[in-house]
Amino acid sequence: MRLSSDALRLILPVLALAVLLGTVFWLRPNTMGYTGLHLLFKLALPIALATLSQMVILAVNDIDLSTGPFVSFVTCVTATFLVDTPALGVLILLAAIAAYAALGMIIAWRQLPAIVVTLGMSFVWSGLAVLMLPSPGGTAPAWIAALTGWRPPLVPFGVLSTVVVMVLAHLLIMRSTLGVLIRGIGGNERSVARAGWSVLRARGIAYAIAGAFGVLSGMSLTGIMTSGDANMAVNYTLLSIAGAILGGCEFMGGKVSPIGAVFGAATLLLATSVFTFLRVPPDWQIGAQGMILIAVLALRIALGRGEASR
Amino acid sequence: MQARTILASSVLIAASAMTAQADTSNARIALSNNYAGNSWRQAMLESWNKETAQAVADGIVAEAPAFTTAENQATEQAAQIQNMILEGYDAIVINAASPTALNGAIREACDAGIVVVTFDGIATEPCAWRIEVDFHELGRMQLEFMAGQLPEGGNLLEIRGLAGTSVDDNIHAGILDGVAEYPQFTIVGSVHGDWAGDVSQREVAGILPSLPEIAGIVTQGGDGYGAAQAFAAAGRDMPLIFMGNRQDELLWWKEQDEAGGYVTQSASIAPGVATAGFWIAQQILDGAEPPKDLIVPMLVVTQDTLDEALANTPEGSVANTEYSQQDAIDVINAATGG
Repeated sequence: MRLSSDALRLILPVLALAVLLGTVFWLRPNTMGYTGLHLLFKLALPIALATLSQMVILAVNDIDLSTGPFVSFVTCVTATFLVDTPALGVLILLAAIAAYAALGMIIAWRQLPAIVVTLGMSFVWSGLAVLMLPSPGGTAPAWIAALTGWRPPLVPFGVLSTVVVMVLAHLLIMRSTLGVLIRGIGGNERSVARAGWSVLRARGIAYAIAGAFGVLSGMSLTGIMTSGDANMAVNYTLLSIAGAILGGCEFMGGKVSPIGAVFGAATLLLATSVFTFLRVPPDWQIGAQGMILIAVLALRIALGRGEASR
Repeated sequence: MQARTILASSVLIAASAMTAQADTSNARIALSNNYAGNSWRQAMLESWNKETAQAVADGIVAEAPAFTTAENQATEQAAQIQNMILEGYDAIVINAASPTALNGAIREACDAGIVVVTFDGIATEPCAWRIEVDFHELGRMQLEFMAGQLPEGGNLLEIRGLAGTSVDDNIHAGILDGVAEYPQFTIVGSVHGDWAGDVSQREVAGILPSLPEIAGIVTQGGDGYGAAQAFAAAGRDMPLIFMGNRQDELLWWKEQDEAGGYVTQSASIAPGVATAGFWIAQQILDGAEPPKDLIVPMLVVTQDTLDEALANTPEGSVANTEYSQQDAIDVINAATGG
């Protein structure tokens, strides 16, 4: 049986999630049900969205070190302005997406290293978030709280919404012209330019999409956590990179997979549950997460070698 | 208002008189802690483990493990609390990363019928219990003590904490009420020491030249040693400084006392307040119905308990005590007026 490299890229994250889910079910059989899955995957949507945001940046061969602070910043906007003055709140969020687009274009125009620019932006977002909400608080807008608190029949919201987002992201990145263009920039920027496309514009659009995923991540996180906090999701930066890489994305070459990224994010989310159930001390948990990442990467390289020698 | 103080000795007596209760012997109580990176938190976890290990051995509860998140993140702690719900704990005691960001997870726990008790880092979710220390009383009791030592009164210097925090506001309000109660004292100067020895020393040294004779210094903890250094450096008469249980403060106090006699008192929030959370959760599982907002007493070190407190406090740390089941019952009774 011959598998395409795309399918191969997907097998590992799916397998990793299946193994972890199986472990959780085996350790705690009571999680096998609506309530159990609801609690296990409650935070899946914001993490998946943040990982998709990171993935779009990875697709154009850049890396975003401001994902976590940006998502935290969005929770502060959502918990304050979007409640009191919805119009202004929407305006701020749109401006934030525009800022992302501008960043992408500046990085392309001046040939700046994205890792430095986004590292700088992480402090800007954190600063703005603290100015907006000096101490944690605010409330989630009623409609977001209602949406994230919705209990659909049969499948919990966390699972359902993540699957929906995954499918939409797959269509956008893997099936649309725009998606091909963005991945093309990661693959070979010069040939895209030669074909008559504006690289500057395409990079701006890619960053805008990443910003939009970040905004959605922050909004859904606010709904789930019921309030905003300037430090709420700072760890999302590393989680999103790890999730995307775990899901088969690569730092170079525009090789990304939205489905893989979502599975990777869910795997890391589930890993903390497994560690808690196994009573792994917290100091070891980060290390254990790293071990999962290394194990999956090692497996991927091993499989990749097999593929190359065929 | 009655002054409720806990002395290490009374804790030991209460602990030995403790009897196992059948009602909660199958109960499982978990600690969800957001941070373990300073000496106060380390002392807190140590207290929790010590007190709960005894409770488990006595058959009062089935188990009481402590969980700390690795990165002090509200999202991480929310996921941790959700895992605890899945684990089926009967009660969760929380030192929260954020007063509001865990409310969703806490609500979820309450809906699952779990008793949630927050302390130190409290959460605003109405279904959870909140255990706080009476910081107002910490301010007021300083004046009461000063009035006992210096009946004729005098000028006071006030060292405040971190501006804008509720703890600073509450202690300050208590000090003002104390001054109203003992009008022979006048506050002639005030600085913000941010609960840190070095900041306090700098701020006190700055204001000192403009101050008249100072009879006493009212403090918030962590600032007493720095204030003493500033007074010593300026060659001024050493006033009566109320201490805050830090090891350097207690050590300085003892040295002064041995050098020529120095009487004062020390009080602060003990890291062992986690064990108050444990016992109050146990009491709620046992059927107690306290109000949602509870106040636990301060840890007070007096001249008589100074040696013992100093011996038990590691360098750079803060004096600690565990709260007993009886302490928790007293707190609940005081809150319900029973």
